[in-house]
Amino acid sequence: MGPTDLTIAEARDQLQARTLGAVELAEAHLQAMAEARVLNAFVTETPERARADAKAAEARLAKGEARALEGIPLGIKDLFCTKGILTTAGSHILDGFKPPYESTVTQQLWQAGAVMLGKLNMDEFAMGSSNMTSYYGPVRNPWSRAGDNRPLVPGGSSGGSAAAVAARIVMGATATDTGGSIRQPASFTGTVGVKPTYGRCSRWGIVAFASSLDQAGPIARTVKDAAILLGVMAGHDPKDSTSAHAPVPDFEAALARGVRGLRIGIPKEYRIDGMNEAIDAIWRSGIDWLEAAGATTLEVSLPHTKYALPTYYVIAPAEASSNLARYDGVRFGLRVPGKTLDEMYENTRAEGFGKEVRRRIMIGTYVLSAGYYDAYYLRAQRVRQLIARDFTEAYKNVDLILTPTAPTDAFAIGEKMDDPVAMYLNDVFTVPSSLAGLPGISVPCGLSAGGLPLGLQVLGRAFDEETLFAAARVLEDAAGFGARP
Amino acid sequence: MPLDKATVRNVATLARIRVADAELEHLAGELDHVLKWIEQLNEVDVSGVEPMTSVVAMKPTLRQDAVADGGKPEQILANAPEATQGFFVVPKVLE
Repeated sequence: MGPTDLTIAEARDQLQARTLGAVELAEAHLQAMAEARVLNAFVTETPERARADAKAAEARLAKGEARALEGIPLGIKDLFCTKGILTTAGSHILDGFKPPYESTVTQQLWQAGAVMLGKLNMDEFAMGSSNMTSYYGPVRNPWSRAGDNRPLVPGGSSGGSAAAVAARIVMGATATDTGGSIRQPASFTGTVGVKPTYGRCSRWGIVAFASSLDQAGPIARTVKDAAILLGVMAGHDPKDSTSAHAPVPDFEAALARGVRGLRIGIPKEYRIDGMNEAIDAIWRSGIDWLEAAGATTLEVSLPHTKYALPTYYVIAPAEASSNLARYDGVRFGLRVPGKTLDEMYENTRAEGFGKEVRRRIMIGTYVLSAGYYDAYYLRAQRVRQLIARDFTEAYKNVDLILTPTAPTDAFAIGEKMDDPVAMYLNDVFTVPSSLAGLPGISVPCGLSAGGLPLGLQVLGRAFDEETLFAAARVLEDAAGFGARP
Repeated sequence: MPLDKATVRNVATLARIRVADAELEHLAGELDHVLKWIEQLNEVDVSGVEPMTSVVAMKPTLRQDAVADGGKPEQILANAPEATQGFFVVPKVLE
């Protein structure tokens, strides 16, 4: 077992006990990164920066001044602005963009002593569930089906983050979730992914997709590691007016709480027709594990579940069409010349945005345009209210909700690409809670018939990530997911 | 009513995305497919339901109306495709 097999918690202890050096740990990960280039998990590798960070961490460790993540090598989703380092959001339109500022979340990680390995590949502007929409090419899932070596997708949009964590190139990674972009790739790669409550982490310096939904969170290999990372990433930020004035609890301490006495809801609307048998079986196991640990499970109803995806595909593109208006070839990124200013905008945006991004901008523009605003956008905002209300009602009777994370295991690169609606269905279990702003975690709980990881999702009340982590830990212990890609 | 090519052209203009004539029909089909699927929201009774604009029940915070950051023209222009004398350069807007 080498240093890249350690969890963040284990490495932290060994670094502080001085039985492992920060430089040694960084070098082991840089070597793993070089050996795993076939996965295409990175857009930008930053080995020089990693070595400098590790040296600085080493010095602090030697002086006994270690901070929460001192010397821990991490990867950063390329949606987070990193000062002076190429930030692309997976798009051609951000060609050459080196932000003059650092996102608040990444700033907090560096201030805690983390080591930066590089920027991780992702679906363009976080729009996708496969990582097939990145301008920098698809990321390959380190897992493959038993007896079949066709390359599989890692899920999306945080596919580079999930693949790098699963392949042990990074100890943990930042990710973002708008409709499931942390949880679905975590399920596809056998990793733990947390989407915190909307407002828990600052969105400042994160390239915006849909501002009322976007939220940063960690992907890691264990529930404990995810708790450690979120503790550093979270917190109020005066630079983001939607960031919550809520104190950051000790998530790591909450892991030991267990689930005794908790009431856990099983939403009947999530039993979709033709559900994958292995997923259904793992869901039933999850119920048994939580009951064995002292929780009570009961059926709950979230009656507007079936309307969540169409609601999301009005609201998210509407917000995206507005947010992405800033990419016009004037202040940064790609410029494609034109005879007039309008022509320059149109040429730049036609060439700079990929197919899925153009499609979503046009849907967003359409649903916001005169004559359609009330019929589409205003109606979707009202349905969103009803979806959020379903959760409020359910949480009167239960403390948590247990569901599968995704309706399938990882699919092959190139599959499901023809029909956008079929692709959108990947997020059927994650989108409703995103619309309601609630926290969710995906924990690897078993394998599909093809030998691929499957996750279970635990959803919680707003700002109650502690109970979420406690239940996730119980599932993790009971599932004993030891499989590796 | 299926989306017609004129509507798609209008949406593309509003979105400032150049679309070639040859792409219009295909794009109309794609957008129409997604919009038809979205139309199932018409089944929901939303009478008396307030539109949701924020999931966080909190009062918007106000900050002091004072400059917190600034005086960095070089940093602001550093990523510009074209800049001169402290300004962004764009094609001529006025004759």
